[in-house]
Amino acid sequence: MVARRRRKSRGRNEENMSAEVVNDLTIQVATINGSGSQSSNLTLTRSIFRMGIPVAPKNVFPSNIEGLPTWFDVRVSPYGYQCRTRDIDILVALNPTTWTTDAPGVKPGGVIVHEATYPVVGAAARDDVTYYPVPFTKLAKERIGQDSLRKYLTNMVYVGVLAHLLGIEVEAIESALRDQFRTKPKAVAVNMEAVTLGLDYARENLEKRDRYRLERLSGRTEGRILIEGNQAAALGCVMGGCTVAAWYPITPSSSLCEAFIGYCERFRADPQTGDKRYAIIQAEDELAALGIVFGATWTGARAMTSTAGPGISLMAEFTGLGYYAELPAVIFDVQRVGPSTGLPTRTMQGDVSFAYTLSHGDTRHVLLLPGSAEENYEFAMQAFDLADRLQTPVFVLTDLDLGMNLWMADPLAYPANGFDRGKVLTAGDLERIESWGRYRDVDGDGITYRTLPGTPNPLAGYFTRGSGHDEDAAYSELPEVYQRNLDRLARKHETARRLVPAPVADERGNELAILAYGSTHFAVVEARDQLGEAGIETDYLRVRALPFSSEVAAFIERHERVYVVEQNQQGQLCGLLRQELPGALADRLVSVRHYNGVPIDAAAISGPIEEDVRPDNEARRQAASPAPSGEHPPAALAV
Amino acid sequence: MTAVPATPTPPPAPKVNRLGLARDVYKGAPTTLCAGCGHNSITNHLVKAMYEFGVEPHLLAKMSGIGCSSKTPAYFVDRAYGLNGVHGRMPSLATGAKLANRELMVIGVSGDGDTASIGLGQYAHLLRRNVDCTYIVEDNGCYGLTKGQFSATADLGSTLRKGQVNEFETIDVCGMAIELGATFVARSFSGDGKQLVPLLEAAFAHRGTSVLDIISPCVAFNDHDGSTKSYAYVKEHEFLLHVPDYIAPAEDHVVDYEPGTVQDVELGDGSHILLRKLERDYDATDPVDAMRVIHEGRVRSELVTGLLYVNTEARDLSARETLPERPLSAMGEEELRVSRERWHDFMREFA
Repeated sequence: MVARRRRKSRGRNEENMSAEVVNDLTIQVATINGSGSQSSNLTLTRSIFRMGIPVAPKNVFPSNIEGLPTWFDVRVSPYGYQCRTRDIDILVALNPTTWTTDAPGVKPGGVIVHEATYPVVGAAARDDVTYYPVPFTKLAKERIGQDSLRKYLTNMVYVGVLAHLLGIEVEAIESALRDQFRTKPKAVAVNMEAVTLGLDYARENLEKRDRYRLERLSGRTEGRILIEGNQAAALGCVMGGCTVAAWYPITPSSSLCEAFIGYCERFRADPQTGDKRYAIIQAEDELAALGIVFGATWTGARAMTSTAGPGISLMAEFTGLGYYAELPAVIFDVQRVGPSTGLPTRTMQGDVSFAYTLSHGDTRHVLLLPGSAEENYEFAMQAFDLADRLQTPVFVLTDLDLGMNLWMADPLAYPANGFDRGKVLTAGDLERIESWGRYRDVDGDGITYRTLPGTPNPLAGYFTRGSGHDEDAAYSELPEVYQRNLDRLARKHETARRLVPAPVADERGNELAILAYGSTHFAVVEARDQLGEAGIETDYLRVRALPFSSEVAAFIERHERVYVVEQNQQGQLCGLLRQELPGALADRLVSVRHYNGVPIDAAAISGPIEEDVRPDNEARRQAASPAPSGEHPPAALAV
Repeated sequence: MTAVPATPTPPPAPKVNRLGLARDVYKGAPTTLCAGCGHNSITNHLVKAMYEFGVEPHLLAKMSGIGCSSKTPAYFVDRAYGLNGVHGRMPSLATGAKLANRELMVIGVSGDGDTASIGLGQYAHLLRRNVDCTYIVEDNGCYGLTKGQFSATADLGSTLRKGQVNEFETIDVCGMAIELGATFVARSFSGDGKQLVPLLEAAFAHRGTSVLDIISPCVAFNDHDGSTKSYAYVKEHEFLLHVPDYIAPAEDHVVDYEPGTVQDVELGDGSHILLRKLERDYDATDPVDAMRVIHEGRVRSELVTGLLYVNTEARDLSARETLPERPLSAMGEEELRVSRERWHDFMREFA
């Protein structure tokens, strides 16, 4: 069950412009990429978190080293909503090139803290917001001595300004800085001076004229952590026993492998001998990365690669080898916007249908779809068990939003179980049984037994190949042998259906339901609250893997209309559901899609659904004939 | 004459190697390649070399890509493990296998198309990583399975059966290997077991990437006049750098040669390769010398064979990665997971 608390979700239109707003706001910091604002953004985020107030930061950054605009949004919500919101309450404007477009984006009644030299004219001049000009550059020039650090410390000044305006506790900022610079204690004092500079300036020069305030909360963030999805996945690899990793740098997945390198150096290197209980290779390309992984898993090691869509494209041929020769692998796809180079630093759930049948011929793969930082960790661990048990590549599909942003999460739980290495025969096993064949389906579940290279028994060795082979791994082109093998692989896929993480349902007997997966979950949580306020109650099913568990069809069966929400243009998961479900159930699906590269927000879900269930639309829908199978129904909603 | 009492003669003990294994153990499935194919001869030489060297079958990992050459791992050491992957990507599979279990003896069999065209990138990176493996290029200058197209090792000006001329420069996989950091580079000929078997044994003994470019005529598509990879051409143009001899570590290493007539190279496991000098003086440990003879051979239309280059000092990938002796593939939870206590402390860092 999804824990759901009914909250009063603020609607843009019915707001009282003069009422005080406490702990429910979004701060947007607009800066220039490369100007060193990351530390200050993280300090701001952690300071608010330390006051017990739930936060959800989103980094919207360009594919660029230096110079292009970048935005960092910190959503603060007493209800713990973690999805993006379109409403910007407070803008910190530190980028002259986007000043005239950023300022109009602030909601009425909002606040604009800006570099004092920016002209408040034209589109930037509004009468429904509060302006706080601050001479950041001048202050920094006059008051910050360290030339080399000035760029970074200037950003810390705005943290001080916001602290004064919103009431962020100085102790919380100090505590955040101590963690931020855990390994560089000297930096804490230097940064704190810059914060104080902003704080003092604001105290002396800015008269509080806005309605926003932050106030310490209890019972919301205690015991919780802030972690990036890619960090959580990397920790899943450590605890899942991954020993070999191969990767090619690509946004937004690089930080997963880099985190894995960091954790391995810390936890897996022998302090005495320097021996490493891991090998991580930066490969020449994604083809080689997956090849290194398969070479390693073939010998029995646990291995992974991490990439994004372009890498998945390059891995297609090798993935077919893994499927057909039955080699385990864990492949992380931190999805970004495609097709082609697309928007490399923006988010999407665009690889679902491609990854599901990646490679030529009849292939179907196991896809795990984590929907939180905790699940990034748990599913990463599970992926290694599943890859070993099913002897096949297992994809873990996350996305840039989930992977690269910080999320509030429960501390990652220590694994309850040991590794499940699946069906592996040892030399001793071989002595006890009369004969074995690598691809004999002894148990009828499509999963066969393997031995590992190095097994000291004359019967152990076998030949692994991507060409036609029989039950004993011998080359074969016989039609019946080929067909039998392919049918067994299909049987194995059916077994996978029962082994993968089951969907999570929140069912309260409503006729309408939402079905979603991955990072879309966070927007669904808020969207359901918004819909509830409008009198539209919905049930919810969060799908967590492919192949679909039988519970998915059963859930749809129990509902009249199911909105399938996802972050791609074609409604990829909805399409896969339509392929697999009987026509009568497929007709109940309505595709709701969001695909502009920024993370989905609640309004992108509640808006179209509200529109769809309005009485006039309801009548029109009932008059219309059912959608022809295989095509989008008339009510397909693209957002 | 005194009658000798008749005693029953015991049956002759079967010939076995240092592991007590008969030569038959090193055989594989019957070949499906053409009769007379150079690759079959290489397979036979491999069987002999592995038997003599005493390769542990269960520790042997036979890796290959796609093509006629890549089928051959099925034709030797049936008991061993084989992994026949995708075209041109054997190096990455070999790299992963060796990293995960450094006890395995990895041998890769590739062809000229698999190595010098589709797989050139992976070949290059295997070399620069110095993965401990033996990498054999069964080099016939053409694509056999697809009926005789030129490959990238075909020499400039050589012709196909119907007379088409190769207009492009050849890729010399040995020259490339030396440039990119390979630590054992040899060229040989499928028909010359006397030279090839000791080179193979030395390659097995060497720690690091050992490349053997073995000219292996394709009787179906590239054994005609105008080909530079035909039996006749090789016989006429082969130039031997030296005569190699492999001395296993356990054998007495007796120096029975005139000073200056033999180059003696000690390999990583204590074995030796002796290179008996012929008319030209040659230092196999000098990469500049190696590049010179490769270049001069090409200019003179000579096929220079022998151990072109050897470097026993460079560390292999496992050493560079400071891997423990115990294979990564054998490790369990207790070696790989963070302890419960440490984990809880660690989680506090994210709070």
